[in-house]
Amino acid sequence: MAAIELRALTKVYPGGVKALDSLDLAIPDGEFFALLGPSGCGKTTLLRTIAGLETATGGAVVIGDRDVTGVQPGGRDIAMVFQDYALFPHMDVTDNIAYPLRIKKVGKAARQRKAEEVGARLGLDQLMDRRPGQLSGGQQQRVALARVMATQAQAFLFDEPLSNLDARLRLEARTFLKKLQRELGVTTVFVTHDQAEALAMADRMAVMEAGHIRQIGTPAEVFQRPANTFVAGFIGSTPMNLLEGTVGGDTLEVAGCKVPVPASAEGLLTDGERIVYGVRPEYNTYSAEPADGSLGGKVVIVENLGASHLVTLEVGDVLVQAVVPEGGEPSIGADGFATPRRDRALVYRDGELVSA
Amino acid sequence: MAQAISPPEALEDAPARRYSSDAAGLGRLRAGAFVAPALALIAVFLVFPALWVLYLGLTNYRLTGVAAAEPQLVGLDNFVKAVSDPAFWNSTWLTVQFVLGSAVIGQVVLGFTIAWLMRDRTGPLKRTVEGLVILAWILPSAVVSFLWVALLDRDGGTLQALLHVPGLAPLLDHPMLSIVIFNTWRGAAFSMMLYGAALGNVPPSHLESARLAGASGWQQLRDVVFPHIRGHILTNLLLISLWTFNDFTPFMLTAGGPDGQTEVLAVHVYKVALQGSELGYGAAVSTVILLINLVVAVFYLRLLRSKK
Repeated sequence: MAAIELRALTKVYPGGVKALDSLDLAIPDGEFFALLGPSGCGKTTLLRTIAGLETATGGAVVIGDRDVTGVQPGGRDIAMVFQDYALFPHMDVTDNIAYPLRIKKVGKAARQRKAEEVGARLGLDQLMDRRPGQLSGGQQQRVALARVMATQAQAFLFDEPLSNLDARLRLEARTFLKKLQRELGVTTVFVTHDQAEALAMADRMAVMEAGHIRQIGTPAEVFQRPANTFVAGFIGSTPMNLLEGTVGGDTLEVAGCKVPVPASAEGLLTDGERIVYGVRPEYNTYSAEPADGSLGGKVVIVENLGASHLVTLEVGDVLVQAVVPEGGEPSIGADGFATPRRDRALVYRDGELVSA
Repeated sequence: MAQAISPPEALEDAPARRYSSDAAGLGRLRAGAFVAPALALIAVFLVFPALWVLYLGLTNYRLTGVAAAEPQLVGLDNFVKAVSDPAFWNSTWLTVQFVLGSAVIGQVVLGFTIAWLMRDRTGPLKRTVEGLVILAWILPSAVVSFLWVALLDRDGGTLQALLHVPGLAPLLDHPMLSIVIFNTWRGAAFSMMLYGAALGNVPPSHLESARLAGASGWQQLRDVVFPHIRGHILTNLLLISLWTFNDFTPFMLTAGGPDGQTEVLAVHVYKVALQGSELGYGAAVSTVILLINLVVAVFYLRLLRSKK
C-alpha cells in the first residue's frame, strides 16, 4: 500500500493535443480517489499515465517512495480494472484471477489457493470453473476485482468501473466497491464521468477540465463550495443556478431582484462589481408568497424527481430552479418565489469562488 | 401519420418471412433461371473436369499412339502403380517438406511477424513494407520466377555478384531450400494481411491487462493474442497449405531438378502426364493428390470446429 504523487505531470499526444497540462496531485495512502470530468478532459489519460500505459511527456509519477515515471507498467506494482474488465475469454475464472500470479511465477498450488480465497471473498466460489462468457456483467466485474485483489498491488486503478453495468446493478456495485475498498485499505484511483458516482464513492475527488484539475476536495466540499463556475455547473444532479448580477452595498441585484450577500462572500465585495450568483436548486426554498430576498417569477416547468419536484421559474429573462418537496408543487403559470439559503449561496468573480 | 404507423406492421410480418424458403419472392422457376448460368459454368469448368479426371485415372489413356485413340479401362492398375512407385513417394515427401517449410513455417511466421511489428504503426514505413510484400504476391508467377532465377543463377546471378562468391549456385546446391525461401517470400502477403486484420480484433485492454501483470512480449502473444486469433490461424493454415500443396511455380525455378530434388507432386504429375505422356497415370496421381487435400482440409476443419 502506498501513496501516489504526481509532479508537474504533462502528456502531449503526437499532433500537439495537450491531454495533461503540468498536473500536481497527491493521493495519500489508503484513499479512495475519484477523477471526474466530462469526456475529453484527460481523466483517462491521467489514469493510464499512472499505470504506465501512456508515457508521460514531462513530470514525474511517484508511487510509494519510488519514482516510476520511466518504469514499465508491469514493474509499477499496481493493478487495474478496465472498463470492459479485460477478462481472458479462453481461461476460466480461477485462471483469470490467478493470471498475474502466474506471470510472477507463483507456484500452481499457491496461486490456485489464492484465487479461491479471493474468489470466495467476492462470492464467486460457485463460478470458479466458468468462462467469462458464461458470467453476467456484475459477476465479470467481480472477477476483474478479484484478479486485482489477488495481485496484492500497492495501488488499484479503476477505469469507469461501473459504466458497463445496468442502472440497478450500478447502485449495488457502488456500495459494494466502496465497502470493499474500505476493508482492503488499498489506495485506489478511479475514473468516472458520472458526478453522482464520484460523490457517492470517493473519499476525495479531482474535477478535471481540458487537462487541468479545477478543484480537489472531499465530495462535500466540492458539492457545497465549488471553486469555480465550471465545477459548479458540472457537479450536482440538478445544475446549479448561476445568475449574473451586480453588487449594491449589502445586497446583490440578480435578475431584477434583490438578494442578500451570501455569508461566504461577506465583506469581500466592492460596490458596483459584476458577479455571478450561484445557488443550488436544493438550497432554494420555494413559496407561493414573496419572502425577504426572494427571486420571484412565473412557474414554467415542473419536473418530477420522485420524492421531490424540480420547479423552473422564469425570473425576468432568466430561469431559476428550485427543488420542492412532494405535495408542495405549484401548477404551471402560477406566481412563485425562490428564496436562496444565505449560508449556501455563493458568489463567483471572473468564474472563481469569492471566499475568505 | 399513416407512415408513422406502418413500421410496426412490417415488423409483424418479419418472422413469417424469415422462415419462408422464398425470400426474394421470385418463385422457383424464375429463381432457378437466375442461378442457371452460374451453375452451368461450374458444371462445365469444375464438375465435369473433376469427373473426367476420375474417369481418366481408370484408363490407360496416353497422349499419342493406340491408347490415345482407344483408351481401355484398366481398373485400379494406375493407382497400384503409383503407390508402388518410389518416385511418387519421393515427390510426396518433397511436397510435405515444401508445404511445411514454405507455408506452415515460412509464410505464417513471416506474415505474422510483419503484421505484429506493423500493428501500431501508421505512415510511410508501414505503407512501404506492406506495399513491397503485397507486390511479391500480385506479380505474375512467370515474372517473379524469372527475377529469382536472375538472382540465384550460377552464371553471374545477382546474389553471386553481391556476395562475391564465384560459382555460387543455390538452385543446384540447395534446390529445396531455394524454392522454400522463394515461396515464403512470394506468399507471405496473404498471411500478413489476414493476421493484420485479425490483430485488429484483439481488444487493446486485454493486452494492457497482461502488460500490467508484467507479461513479456512472448507471454502477451501466448496468453492474449494467439487465443484470440486461433480461428484465423487455422483458416490461414488451411488455405495456404492447400495452395502450396498444389503450387506449380517451383517448376519455373528448378524444373523439378536437379535430379528430381524439387519434383513436388504438382510437378510430378506434369512430368508423367505431359512429358511422359501417360495421361491415365497422371490422372490417377491427381486423384490421389485430391484425396490428400481432402484429408488435410478435414483435419484443419476439425481443429477449427473443436472448441478447445
